[in-house]
Amino acid sequence: MNILLYLIPIALSLGLIGLGAFIWSIKSNQYDDLDGAARRILLDDDEKDSET
Amino acid sequence: MNKPLQADGYEGLVTANDNGEQELSLLIGGVHCAGCIQKIESSLKEQPDVQEARLNFSTGKLRIVWNGELSRANDFASKVETLGYQVSPYNPDTEKNTAEHENRFLLMCLGVAGFAMGNIMLFSVGLWSTSTEVMGLATRELMHWISALIAVPAIAFSGRPFFLSAYNALKNGHTNMDVPISLALILACVMSFSEIMRQGEHVYFDSAVMLMFFLLIGRYLDFRARRNARSAATDLLQTLSGFAVVKDGETTRRVLIRDLQAGMNVFVASGEKIPVDGTILQGESAIDAALITGETLPQNVEPGQHVYGGTINLSAPLVISVDKAAEDSILADIVRLMEKAEQGQAKYVRLADKAARLYTPVVHGLAALAFILWWGVWGAVWQDALLISITVLIITCPCALGLAVPVVQILASGLLTRKGILIKSGDTLERLASIDAIIFDKTGTLTLGKPALINKNDRQEDLQLAASLASHSRHPLSQALVEAYTGNLLTLEKVEEISGKGVQAVYNGTRVKLGSRDFCGIVDAPASNASEIWLVRQNQKSVAFYLEDQLRADAKEVLARFQARHIETYLLSGDRRDVVEATARDLSIAQAQFALTPVQKYEELEKLKKQGKKVLMVGDGLNDAPVLSGADISMAPGTAIDMAQNAADVVFMGEKLAPVYTAWKVAKFSQSLVKENFALAILYNMIAVPLAFAGVVTPMIAALAMSGSSLLVIANSFRLKLRV
Repeated sequence: MNILLYLIPIALSLGLIGLGAFIWSIKSNQYDDLDGAARRILLDDDEKDSET
Repeated sequence: MNKPLQADGYEGLVTANDNGEQELSLLIGGVHCAGCIQKIESSLKEQPDVQEARLNFSTGKLRIVWNGELSRANDFASKVETLGYQVSPYNPDTEKNTAEHENRFLLMCLGVAGFAMGNIMLFSVGLWSTSTEVMGLATRELMHWISALIAVPAIAFSGRPFFLSAYNALKNGHTNMDVPISLALILACVMSFSEIMRQGEHVYFDSAVMLMFFLLIGRYLDFRARRNARSAATDLLQTLSGFAVVKDGETTRRVLIRDLQAGMNVFVASGEKIPVDGTILQGESAIDAALITGETLPQNVEPGQHVYGGTINLSAPLVISVDKAAEDSILADIVRLMEKAEQGQAKYVRLADKAARLYTPVVHGLAALAFILWWGVWGAVWQDALLISITVLIITCPCALGLAVPVVQILASGLLTRKGILIKSGDTLERLASIDAIIFDKTGTLTLGKPALINKNDRQEDLQLAASLASHSRHPLSQALVEAYTGNLLTLEKVEEISGKGVQAVYNGTRVKLGSRDFCGIVDAPASNASEIWLVRQNQKSVAFYLEDQLRADAKEVLARFQARHIETYLLSGDRRDVVEATARDLSIAQAQFALTPVQKYEELEKLKKQGKKVLMVGDGLNDAPVLSGADISMAPGTAIDMAQNAADVVFMGEKLAPVYTAWKVAKFSQSLVKENFALAILYNMIAVPLAFAGVVTPMIAALAMSGSSLLVIANSFRLKLRV
């Protein structure tokens, strides 16, 4: 059962990383405009990005 | 005059952000595709000082960040205006902003609950699958404590939507679905702690968190279904918040429409909306009054005549003397009527709320009964009796009930969206399913709302020449002629448009004229019901083109279907008597009324509502807007003015009327699915409650029962996709 002492923290920290990523995505406005995001994939803005 | 004037007044709305850059938020109207996003954003990003320009498609909010002068704000606003979009200041206190906030809050809660549920399950599965003898008491204790460590903060954080709503309900002396939910969450935690202390075998942290997670999913879906609904009257006021061009002698300046005073002279370019009620001082033009009266044909106007705000000046510039300040105009009357209609609409009690009202006392009663029976009658220890009573509370908790409505709503509105029917609020389907009468507007609703050529099969050479002449005019009848002809246009010389009358030119050395009867000098032709355009050439017979606003191709069929299902149909129009009666005859609508003002239309609606009818209004004009707001449910075609689209609960795209029937059919089916879901949830409770009562429900059975019933409800809802 000693293995639990490693496995439990590992499992929990993996979960926390996922939760952290989710919270980051909410905080950086990624859920504010789902319809817009769906349409933006049609836009051709590659040139702009390579310039900057 | 085609170019909008420089906007001003926007610099006052600029705020500085943390990096010392300027920030401006604008509300952009008329954005409907990816192309619009790109056009607006890239035209702003071309400016050297602009750091960021981002348009939120769902809310229409455009955020611009730049380095430099405050007054650049006006340049940006005019820039977007020249692209052909409506720009108005974004008011940060609007309800949209709170909606954004709530969206994030619910997502955050959902994320935390999901994390907690997954991680607690990790331990719970271990606990369920291994006996204490194998695991050892210490390990079991450890796992219980870790579960508690995850569950308690997660419930404290993610349970807030339920706790807050339950608290508010209790404070006002009501009760709602969130009261038993909150109670179950809190008691499950308290009881599980006491079980850990007693070194008991079962803790219910996983059940509590799972319950919360499923309910949050339902809550989030419900929120997404509801959030597009907003007050239509506010939007109309926003259209009134534009600018008008005021003439002081020779100079012009821009003034906010709401600041216009009686006696001011306003300049209205051709193609622009007339901002206020007034009298024409200079200019002869044709105006499109469809917005106010529903009349399709343009009316010719000349100095001295009265025009209403909201009508569109079609052919030539006008100078108008303002009769009444904007707040007394007919538009403002409509706004007031709409506000009244929105307030007067009896608050609709949703099916889910009705269920909750029944549900709460039953659940609490059962839990209390369980405690009394076990403790008082069967003589159990009070801890055990409480344990059983709390399991009853947890297991009856409405996972399935919480998902029954939102899942169907989201699926149905997704399905309808793909068919070009947009649903704006969550309870739309429920209200749509219950209608027993439909009021149709005529122009633009039963008809396509624009004139089309009816004698298309005449000689093609005539049509070609007429279309070539017509292409030099912006008059709606001319545009209809151009649309009707598909071949190449001829080259004409010395083209001249006489505003509101016609076009003349030279073709192959001879004079040709296209226009009204008077303009072409026709005296002896018989009058006709349809609008006409005449083509006159030297030495050839004059030709007439007849144009009419035509019915949507499937209007008759759709109306027949509704009538066959015993839904009454009414036609209320502001148009002329002969036109309305002809339409009613064609579509076999028995109750038709003509020449109604917006106020009369609204009174007709009130009459129907007084008779206890549930009314669906289908309309597209400003004159329909109060009825759209006041009706139990309303629909507008995608070609309707923004105002009507905002007032309506449903907007449908395309040239057919069939979406009205499709939406109703989907709504009917969704309602039957919702009822089935409720039945499933009740059935589940009839099995689970006796088990909990008997005290045989372990945390594992609770988890299985809860997720099982939720999945069953979701699976049943997906039948919508198979059936429709």
